[in-house]
Amino acid sequence: MDHLGTSVLFAGNNFSRLLGGLWTTIWIALLALLIGLILGTFLGMMRTFKNRPVRLILRLYLEFFRIVPTVVLLFLAYYILPRQLNINLPAEQVAVLTFALWVAAEFSDIVRGALISVPKHQRESGLAIGLTHWQLFRYVLLPQALTLELPATINLATRVVKTTSLLMLISVMDVINIGQQIIEANGQSHPNGIFWVYGLIFFFYFIVDYPLSLLAKKLNAANQH
Amino acid sequence: MAKEILRVEKLNKFYAKQQILYDVDFSIAQGEVLALLGPSGSGKSTLIRCLNGLEEFSTGDLFFDGQKMVPTEKNWQQIRQKIGMVFQSYDLFSNLTVLENIVLGPIKVQKKSRSQAVQIATRLLKRVGLADYLQTYPRQLSGGQKQRIAIVRALALHPEVMLFDEVTASLDPEMVRGVLEIIKELSEKDNMTMIIVTHEMNFAEQIADRVLFLEDGHILENTPSKQFFVNSQTERAREFLESMKF
Repeated sequence: MDHLGTSVLFAGNNFSRLLGGLWTTIWIALLALLIGLILGTFLGMMRTFKNRPVRLILRLYLEFFRIVPTVVLLFLAYYILPRQLNINLPAEQVAVLTFALWVAAEFSDIVRGALISVPKHQRESGLAIGLTHWQLFRYVLLPQALTLELPATINLATRVVKTTSLLMLISVMDVINIGQQIIEANGQSHPNGIFWVYGLIFFFYFIVDYPLSLLAKKLNAANQH
Repeated sequence: MAKEILRVEKLNKFYAKQQILYDVDFSIAQGEVLALLGPSGSGKSTLIRCLNGLEEFSTGDLFFDGQKMVPTEKNWQQIRQKIGMVFQSYDLFSNLTVLENIVLGPIKVQKKSRSQAVQIATRLLKRVGLADYLQTYPRQLSGGQKQRIAIVRALALHPEVMLFDEVTASLDPEMVRGVLEIIKELSEKDNMTMIIVTHEMNFAEQIADRVLFLEDGHILENTPSKQFFVNSQTERAREFLESMKF
């Protein structure tokens, strides 16, 4: 088998390092999603308010995060924050912060879209029984929006997981970065290492993202009924 | 003379530049049933929606129990507990069971205990013949059932006034009767004060004490219903009644 070069995956502690990298990828994505989804829910709610300045600011926020490439956002946060604002965060925290703000921006638009597609009468009957606006969101509109927004949210989650591959650019030890190190360190002894290492990384991303995309597909089909 | 519950003075309503309601004046006493009649687009629904703040009115005054209503969001939220409203499209909250639909207001708005709220809900559901549907979701119900539950949901807050906005207009004909009977019983047994927008002339004639006849945002008549249906004051109302007959 060894002439194939698969041994590079198991030489030394390579495999456990790759798993460790995968874990870094996953926790950064999960934490960013958790923070981003909560923040995005509030921003999405605020985008349905009548207040124009609030809506405009949140719209600009969304467009900023949507238009500026994620790499640029990461560089902005990683290189410019410490220099201009003297905020020195570890790379992982910069990653979580940037991704969370990005997720919040994207999710605010998903939430807004779902909220405005809840029939207007649901809102009125809620008001008519004396609910406050907050109670109306909490008990009627958000739960109904949730079923509408679930497929798009899962889609967003798979994008976040994939996009963590950019984190190597700000020297986070994610699975890609570690893979790269292993390839370089073993380049002499395992010239085919690059194929196997990236093959394994492909497989890692696949087992994380594929169940998510299956779920999205299933929910989408369920929503059609 | 029964106590006056609600009075409307010189109410005007504009959408952009277009005027929808012109100097609407009327009052309703406790236990009275008022039918709001008039052709489509006459402003009936807009008027009834102004009474619980779902539409803002442009000028004029509303008095509840003799107190002038200052139309802030907070005041409306308070006053809506006293004014139940049922809509044309039976709008039960689709994410909640029948029981949760009904107890939401009593628990969250009036801070009643859950057991108390459930008790109220069960009693009211029994009354409209739907006690078996506590755990059912709205999508599993017929239009008539949903509308009866929407009435129960409003009643669970113990309102002083009920507003019915064309509540049978989108029901199948055979469902209409059950809903109208409940409304009638509310008036007869509970002496509920009600304002009803409807196109069911027979029903209006049976139940209403008084008729407000609206056209193009003007109140053309404010007449005791016995007189309105037999001998309307205005030519326009007579034409309208005639057109509703086959």
